[in-house]
Amino acid sequence: MEILMAFAIGILFMVGTYLILSRSLLRIILGTSLLTHAVHLLLLTMSRLKTGAAPLLGEKAGNYVDPLPQALILTSIVISFGVTSFFFVLAYRAYQELGTDDMEQLRGHDDE
Amino acid sequence: MSLLHLAILAPFIYAIAVPFFRKYIRGVHTGWFVLPVPALLFAYFISRVPDVQGGHKELSTVQWIPSMDLNFTAYLDGLGLLFALLITGIGALVVLYSIYYLGKDKEAIHRFYVYLLMFMGAMLGVVLSDNLIVLYGFWELTSLSSFLLIAFWNERAKSRYGAQKSMLITVFGGFAMLAGFVLLYIMTGTFSIREIIGSLDLVTGHAFFLPAMLLVLLGAFTKSAQFPFHIWLPDAMEAPTPVSAYLHSATMVKAGIYLVARMTPVFAGAAEWFWLVTGVGLVTLFWGSFSAVKQTDLKAILAFSTISQLGLIMSLLGMGSAAVYYGLSDESALYTKATLAAVFHLINHATFKGALFMVVGIVDHETGTRDIRRLGGLITFMPITFTFALIGSFSMAGLPPFNGFLSKEMFFTAALNVTHLDIFNMETWGVLIPVAAWLASVFTFVYSMIIVFKTFTGKYQPDKLDVKPHEAPLGLLLPPAVLISLVIVFGLFPNILSYRIIEPAMASILPSLLMPGDQFEVKIHFWHGWTVEIFMTIGVIVLGTLLYLLLNRWSSIYSKLPQKLTLNTFYDRGLYYLDRWSNRGTRAYMTGSVRDYLIYIFTFMVLILGYVLYRTDSVRWYSGELAEITIYEFVLVLVLIAAALAVPFTRSRVTAIILVGGVGYIVTLFFVILRAPDLALTQMIVETVSVALFLLCFYHLPKLKLEKAPMRFNLRNFLVAAGIGTIMTLIALSANDTRLFTSISEYFVEGSYELSGGKNVVNVILVDFRGFDTLLEIMVLGIASLGIFAMIKLRADRNDPAAALAASAKLDKSSKRRKGKSA
Repeated sequence: MEILMAFAIGILFMVGTYLILSRSLLRIILGTSLLTHAVHLLLLTMSRLKTGAAPLLGEKAGNYVDPLPQALILTSIVISFGVTSFFFVLAYRAYQELGTDDMEQLRGHDDE
Repeated sequence: MSLLHLAILAPFIYAIAVPFFRKYIRGVHTGWFVLPVPALLFAYFISRVPDVQGGHKELSTVQWIPSMDLNFTAYLDGLGLLFALLITGIGALVVLYSIYYLGKDKEAIHRFYVYLLMFMGAMLGVVLSDNLIVLYGFWELTSLSSFLLIAFWNERAKSRYGAQKSMLITVFGGFAMLAGFVLLYIMTGTFSIREIIGSLDLVTGHAFFLPAMLLVLLGAFTKSAQFPFHIWLPDAMEAPTPVSAYLHSATMVKAGIYLVARMTPVFAGAAEWFWLVTGVGLVTLFWGSFSAVKQTDLKAILAFSTISQLGLIMSLLGMGSAAVYYGLSDESALYTKATLAAVFHLINHATFKGALFMVVGIVDHETGTRDIRRLGGLITFMPITFTFALIGSFSMAGLPPFNGFLSKEMFFTAALNVTHLDIFNMETWGVLIPVAAWLASVFTFVYSMIIVFKTFTGKYQPDKLDVKPHEAPLGLLLPPAVLISLVIVFGLFPNILSYRIIEPAMASILPSLLMPGDQFEVKIHFWHGWTVEIFMTIGVIVLGTLLYLLLNRWSSIYSKLPQKLTLNTFYDRGLYYLDRWSNRGTRAYMTGSVRDYLIYIFTFMVLILGYVLYRTDSVRWYSGELAEITIYEFVLVLVLIAAALAVPFTRSRVTAIILVGGVGYIVTLFFVILRAPDLALTQMIVETVSVALFLLCFYHLPKLKLEKAPMRFNLRNFLVAAGIGTIMTLIALSANDTRLFTSISEYFVEGSYELSGGKNVVNVILVDFRGFDTLLEIMVLGIASLGIFAMIKLRADRNDPAAALAASAKLDKSSKRRKGKSA
């Protein structure tokens, strides 16, 4: 399972990176979303999978899965949601003001 | 805090008050208020002569950063005192001269005196500091104040050019010197020069000995305008004449000489030191005197003459260092004569060169030009100035009865003595030293004659002069008069110097040759009898006179050297190409396109991570217990991969959004399978909101041209992306196999109910065990929402249509320009 997940994570990273390198701003944001998913799955996979019950003490199980990465991922999900929303509205405003979402036209100046 | 410290800091402190004199006492030339400072300092240092002569060395320390061994230690010995006397004495004369030279209403004289005082203090700091880092600090201050003084008339392009050139070269050398000092510190563990000399056994034979020596010498050579770093000095002649007289003849350019003399006890005795100092000095001596002959501007002649005389002193210091090799013995006494000549000529050069600069300043002041092609026949108009020029030039040429003659004789003696050395491969190359010295002296004679006779004798050309020349006012004549009288006095009675000044200075340069409590015994004789040196001098005079008379016949050799090979061309081209190529280089990778920068970042990341994984041999196939894979999960993974891979291939953006949403929901399902209920809940909600947001925004972009074609496949991007994917897969695989220690989670699971009374361990961690994360994560969300609100609400250019227009125009222009580039 972990090996399978590792490959799935690799694929997600690959596609995310490829999208980030594209010209359209919208695709770049989609790429960052995919990268976020990949990172979350990586965090989870690194802490061993399915070693016990869900971390709810009501389960009265002998073993529980590691709760700490779950807490970390939860924090990360929320933060990346905030950042993605901000980024998205920024892209939207940039399009409104500048009339393009093409990264090649959003280049910096020569004297930067 | 002793008087010595006060003496060093006095000019700095006084400089603060100078602008106020200018502002509130406009009637009196500011220079009069500045004059007491160097004069009093000179008196103070004169009063110290008997102490130092008696072998007393004053040492006082003010703590600055004691934990780093950086203390402002003032140290007064023979060498420091000699330089301090030069700095303050000539400083006083130059200030007096400048009072008459610079008009009090035309020029920004308050700035001039602030810079000059700053320079004076810095120079005193250089020669009286025992701590290397403090010395370096003062050293850079001299570079800085020299820069400011050269560009004093900053509206002239040539002044700025000269200032920049001197700054670049001297600061380059200063940095090298700092590195050398640091190496000395690494070797000895102290920054104090005395302690370094005291622990020589740590330095000699150390691996850093040679690098430290080269770096320190680089600093000395750049400051003292030695070949090939001499090119800044002629361009520094754009400065006002008092500055040229003070900085570029008497004091600052001798800082390198001071450094070499000061470091002689540390490095001397090594063949490299001997050959570098002597060789570079001789090359500079020859090249400077050879180049001086072809100049047509009086100040340029003096500049090259200064270069050549500095080379002479430098080579003498090099020859004198050979004495250290022999230590306490009779042989060494022979070679110490070179050091004696160096110290003596240092004093002499300061006197006659300062005077000559002032004379040239007077000529410039009274005729409005310094070009020898337009001057001539001034002897009837300016008899006193002519007398000064004659004495100064004859002293420079080494004619009796002036002091230059004595030091020239000693120079020949030293050069001849050195040929007897049986060390450092002298038997092969030694004979070159007197030959080079003699040839250089011939050229020195020629340009000294040019200075006097082309300016003051010959045909008077009134049509080429703007004003009718007349004798200078008394105030301008007084300072050179003092210096010229010194030239004569030291020429006739050299021994008033030797006992009081030269002996202690030599004792500082060559301490290893003295028994404790001993003194060098210096006797300077005017007449040695018919020795080889006398015949050399006669030869110089005869050949020099011939060359001067036939100047027009042979001066064409100077045009033989192609312009492309001069050092100045090399420097200018070098700067130009440095600028151009660094610009090109930067433009080559700073494209302004974010995609390019991302490519660099990702590529770098792949390379670094790949290298580390390879080097630490951490790529493993997972070998521990694996969770089993059910068909259900297998299918989910396949769908996840398929959905992700489909994103780049979709034609429309909406499909892409929905596909990414799909990936998010599959991740939610994974959270469910992998026993993470809270994560699943959160992920589902966030994903829903995100997709809704995406679609909402997308819907509101009606003008966005529909991308009908799929993304074009880009091989470069694909390779980078594949690299990232591979690396992350490897990391994911390897991370599973490397367990360095057990997880802390046992504690959370056990303590969740016991300590905080919650059964949902993840939630307890979020709000109790690690509540801080959550607090700040809430803040992140808050800031993001406020930011979004602000972005939508605040439209700065709604009220300012010009800015909006400008922004769009800029965009148009840049996109057009790019199109032009790609076309």
